[in-house]
Amino acid sequence: MTVLEAVEGAKISFFSLRKRERRKCWRREACGECTCVNPNAPRLHFHSSCHTFCRQKLVYRLLPEDLRSHRGFTLGIEETIEKTAVETLKRAVVYLPKDVKEALNNAYEKETSETAKTQLKAILDNINLGEGKETPICQDTGVILFYVTVGKDFGDVSFVPATLNRAVKTATTEVPLRPNAVHPLTRKNSGDNTGTNMPYVNWDMGEGDYVELTAMPKGAGSENMSSLAMLTPGEGAMAVKRFVIDQVIKAGAQPCPPTIIGVGIGGSADIALKLAKKALLRPIDKPHPELEVANLEKELLKGANMTGIGPMGLGGSTTSLGVNIEYAHCHTASLPVGINMQCWAARRATSRIHKNGKVEVIT
Amino acid sequence: MATFKFRTPIGETDARKPRIGDSVYVSGLMITARDQAHRRALEYARAGKPIPVSFDGNIVFHCGPIAAKAGDKWKIVAAGPTTSTRMESYEAEFIERLKPRIIVGKAGMGAKTAEAVKKFGAIYCDFTGGAAVLASQRIKEVKGVEWYDLGMPEALWILEVEEFGPLAVTIDSQGKNLHDIIQGLAQEKRAEILKTLGVSQ
Repeated sequence: MTVLEAVEGAKISFFSLRKRERRKCWRREACGECTCVNPNAPRLHFHSSCHTFCRQKLVYRLLPEDLRSHRGFTLGIEETIEKTAVETLKRAVVYLPKDVKEALNNAYEKETSETAKTQLKAILDNINLGEGKETPICQDTGVILFYVTVGKDFGDVSFVPATLNRAVKTATTEVPLRPNAVHPLTRKNSGDNTGTNMPYVNWDMGEGDYVELTAMPKGAGSENMSSLAMLTPGEGAMAVKRFVIDQVIKAGAQPCPPTIIGVGIGGSADIALKLAKKALLRPIDKPHPELEVANLEKELLKGANMTGIGPMGLGGSTTSLGVNIEYAHCHTASLPVGINMQCWAARRATSRIHKNGKVEVIT
Repeated sequence: MATFKFRTPIGETDARKPRIGDSVYVSGLMITARDQAHRRALEYARAGKPIPVSFDGNIVFHCGPIAAKAGDKWKIVAAGPTTSTRMESYEAEFIERLKPRIIVGKAGMGAKTAEAVKKFGAIYCDFTGGAAVLASQRIKEVKGVEWYDLGMPEALWILEVEEFGPLAVTIDSQGKNLHDIIQGLAQEKRAEILKTLGVSQ
């Protein structure tokens, strides 16, 4: 009661309705989640749990995090973002990006080793099966990472973290995703993929009147092969090459090859690792715009594939599908290099949500 | 490269037949177990406490599936293998005490496991990492789930499978380890790769 009254613009209280009206409303609701009670409220309410629009109008759910997000933003855009986030997560875990599928197909054509071909065939069959049945292609649906770019004309986004949190919970039961998020020390599973700082949101600023939302569910097999090195600046690219090749050999079969290798060069220790992961968002058929960097990507890919580790580490000429590099200027006395490995199930999906509620599917 | 088809319970003689590089398809009882389940199973076995399901002659699958409940029955949505390396510190004792004949995972295991596989008669196989829908197609029934308090991924899922595979044998009962061999070859190529990339040693 007190919480409700504290909400700006709250004209009607749940408890101010007569008992009869509340009962009547509940009988007509479309699903168990609905707490709609005000027949005169102006907007339709979208049910994220059953994906239908309720004929009842939403007043408020009695959750503090929901109430907080009412300030400054209409319910419409918030619900839109929540629904879009759920769909983006589903798209990410069910459908592999086109560039990755093409690379896997090409690898299958090119491989000569029988074992490698068997592994790639299993991967391609699995991708088709997953898409056909609309189920996640890999059971490790990862920890949920978001990249959010806020357009300068979009307006307030303070509600987005709570919205994404709810979206992850919904996606966990609806898609379904495997509940992976545990407390790092007690190892207790939260059961819904959320927890302290999880899902993690990376923020960026951009143009336009929209929010661009990228979901990157990141599996542990490849993530566990991440590494950072503070190399000798004088050695430059040579040191980078040696470090990357050594890490590919060391990782062997563990990151579920054929992998995509994200390399972050420069910045500082933390920035190099951030860039390494961000590099994985770029499609592998798009080389870095700067020729020198693009050439380094090509060389490293060639080197990684010379190891003979092959698909699933059972031997072959496809250890990696691509190497993506991002860089930042760094201190004259240091050369930080971060590596973030990505398994063949390189899941990412992007949607754009405009201020007026229009949603575009980007990838 | 030969292909073998087994049905649980698998005897020691059968488990000793396949060699690294061979393909195996298995039918029967397969039980998922990851780090936590391995740890608890060993604690129970050492203390003489009963374990809810027998691993003897069956298949251990390093896997944390996505399961969904349809009514009161569990259904496996996706169930690919997890990285087996994490189980290396438990597996040798696990094989000795609980006698599974086939261990299925991905990315291979180490010398201790290879030694146990050789001594007690078993094989370690790779199932294609990430091929979780393919795997779930071969799971006919969820017989039960135990130790669910460990969380969905870490629980023991007792599964009835039919022609589960193709599994690539990567550690055989002679103690040969395919992943080790490939890793060794990659290490040997390091110098040549660095030379090609114009890097001094």
